[in-house]
Amino acid sequence: MYPIKTFIATLAIVIGSVFTSSTGYKVGDIATDFKLKNIDGKMVSLADYKDAKGYIVIFTCNTCPYAVAYEDRIVALDKKYASKGYPVIAIMPNNTDVKPGDNMEAMKARAKAKGFTFPYLMDEGQKIYPQYGATKTPHVYLLQKTKKGNEVKYIGAIDDNYQDAAAVKTKYVENAVDALLSGKEIKEKETRAIGCSIKV
Amino acid sequence: MRILSFLLFLILVSCKNEPKQNEQLAKSEDNSIEQSMELEVYDYEGLKKYLTTTSDKTYVVNFWATWCAPCVKELPSFEALNSKYGSENVEVILVSLDFPNKYESKLKPFIKEKGLKSKVVALNDTDSNMWIPKINENWSGAIPATLIFNKNKRQFYEQSFTYDELETEVKQFLK
Repeated sequence: MYPIKTFIATLAIVIGSVFTSSTGYKVGDIATDFKLKNIDGKMVSLADYKDAKGYIVIFTCNTCPYAVAYEDRIVALDKKYASKGYPVIAIMPNNTDVKPGDNMEAMKARAKAKGFTFPYLMDEGQKIYPQYGATKTPHVYLLQKTKKGNEVKYIGAIDDNYQDAAAVKTKYVENAVDALLSGKEIKEKETRAIGCSIKV
Repeated sequence: MRILSFLLFLILVSCKNEPKQNEQLAKSEDNSIEQSMELEVYDYEGLKKYLTTTSDKTYVVNFWATWCAPCVKELPSFEALNSKYGSENVEVILVSLDFPNKYESKLKPFIKEKGLKSKVVALNDTDSNMWIPKINENWSGAIPATLIFNKNKRQFYEQSFTYDELETEVKQFLK
């Protein structure tokens, strides 16, 4: 009896770990919409953007050096693509009790200092980032509006050089949005970069 | 009075933990001090020699950075492991992902202040999309992350460790 019990328990653990490791979106999945508070106090949903063709959803924050290194490039992405139908939607996923430097006041100050042209939303209660499967900041999910919903088209890094924007060889996100805009296949659908783990 | 000074201490401590928000990453700074300390800096090709072995040693390779709070928090566990299991053929290697312009101003002073005994090397390779999957296919790129391996076995962990958790994992490799 005991070995069977152990076997079942082991099986449960194995199945459990398989499920936990496969949470989050893959390319081709339909991403959830949300209703999150922006730095201006208003609630923002993807559905508010009636004319958008899609969204550049970026999980980012104030306190991660990698995220900070990309701030200007995130602003540039929004300036380049919002008018073409792909606005940046930034979401701050950290627990602000652990990272007070990411609280709403700090987010407001940072957005003002850097001239954010896009919403900078608080993932209050940390409900949204786990559904997307974001693990770090910055972490990009490029979505395209389809009849089925907002389809995930690209997941990963902004480009291939976090240290120096001038030394970038491949602009992953720009290439992906350009491909969507011209109806072509995205070449690199998933990329990886070092980032700060999301603070829970 | 005692309460007051305690409060003051708390405020000072919490101020110290506040992140600096206006740091220019491209600007190199403060080259004058700490020049004497040697730091091995590698790209991924160079780091590879620390990622495989044919010897009987078990290696614990921890990816961290001075700016990563959970990484700094778990460092003492890796230090303790390195000193306790050094005689059992276990070596800890701390791979720093600090930016190169922080080697002098942050990383070297940190190593010195904390008196780190484990080997510290720095990885400076911006093409992370190339090397992250080579270190482990399932690594999203978040740190802290740890690779434990010997010539027979290899395991990757995208997580933080307590000392007990780390010791339990390493013991699996010593059987």
